[in-house]
Amino acid sequence: MASIVAVIASTHHPFYYRASTSTGEDRPPFADEWVRKITAFRETLTRANPDVLVMVGSDHFHQLWLDNMPQFLVGKAPFYDANWYNEEREFGLPRMLLKGQEDLSAHILRAGLDSGFDLAFSNELRIDHSVTCPIITLRPEADLPIVPIYTNIFAPPLPQPKRFVQLGEAIRRIVEEWPSHLRVAVIGTGHLSLELGGPRQFGPHGPDPEFDRRAVEWIATGDLDNCLREVSLESLHAPGNATHGFMDFMLMMGVAGAGAKADYVDTLDLFHTMEAYFTWYPNGAPA
Amino acid sequence: MSKYLLNKFLYTVDRDPSLVERYRDSPGEMVSWWEAERANAVLNCVTGEASTWQRFTDEERTALVEHDHCKLFELGAHPFLTLTLFIAMFERDNTEPLEYQKAYGARMAHFALPYPDIAT
Repeated sequence: MASIVAVIASTHHPFYYRASTSTGEDRPPFADEWVRKITAFRETLTRANPDVLVMVGSDHFHQLWLDNMPQFLVGKAPFYDANWYNEEREFGLPRMLLKGQEDLSAHILRAGLDSGFDLAFSNELRIDHSVTCPIITLRPEADLPIVPIYTNIFAPPLPQPKRFVQLGEAIRRIVEEWPSHLRVAVIGTGHLSLELGGPRQFGPHGPDPEFDRRAVEWIATGDLDNCLREVSLESLHAPGNATHGFMDFMLMMGVAGAGAKADYVDTLDLFHTMEAYFTWYPNGAPA
Repeated sequence: MSKYLLNKFLYTVDRDPSLVERYRDSPGEMVSWWEAERANAVLNCVTGEASTWQRFTDEERTALVEHDHCKLFELGAHPFLTLTLFIAMFERDNTEPLEYQKAYGARMAHFALPYPDIAT
């Protein structure tokens, strides 16, 4: 059976690519520290030596639209083109092409459907920065095949937080049951407190540093009990109007498992939003 | 209320560079054209199977024509769509980094929780 060699949860900050590649006067003052932290975070994936990446993210109204909106969608395609015109325009993100791992996509879809998750699928999916940001930060060679999984954290009505956790738990079990010798890393990205298009956006810190502090503690300690007790679809409006992206972190807590303490935890307090990086090694830390 | 149609406008304009420029430069003409020619298009249908019932309210149409992102927020347009398109139109006028983004937030300071419902 396949092995899950790393579980990684991260924020996805579309400004990282431009900040890390800019030079001279264009280089922001926080870029060097950010690059140092990302480089250390990247090493936690490199050490696990994965063959395949399951990538959990959320389409930002690029291919998935309100006339036909899936709650959870699995890509099943041999290739995924990536990044969109408006992401080039606003963030300077490059066009990318990633390989797919269709056998694992098919396995996740079949086993997911048989486990009570009515997963949507796509055979032609252009992915966006929720998946490409962690490729850029964690595997910039972009050389490993992927299975993209999209969640709806964006267009209400949304699934309940508990459902994200349950899907994460199912992904863990389903991948570990995949009849393959391959080494799989499951990587998911979301947000801590975040405001987009509202009065609290682009402040000197994230819109709710106290929420961020508690969220990092829940994730780092695998404290799903308190997280699920305190987080609801309604409560997530308070820390910032885009904070429902935190539910992708909850999905990753489900993948890591209740009570699983992260092997690697780091944060970076930036303007607009706090960055947070977590890695778990389900089978023990690699040598 | 046609939050869906507001979002459809923001979404379809944002992804088309020529429409972004047209909306920045000639919002009145552009919004009229879009409502007449594009509002009823079903996005994954390239032939004649269009909808027949989509139209803006007067309030929504005025908010779009006036580039009034605060009013769009009040009407329940999706804030991510509005922000992304307005950055595309106006960030270019910045004299310092994030100037437009910060001013955009500052103009919305009168909004308190709970924000307008964005469910469609």
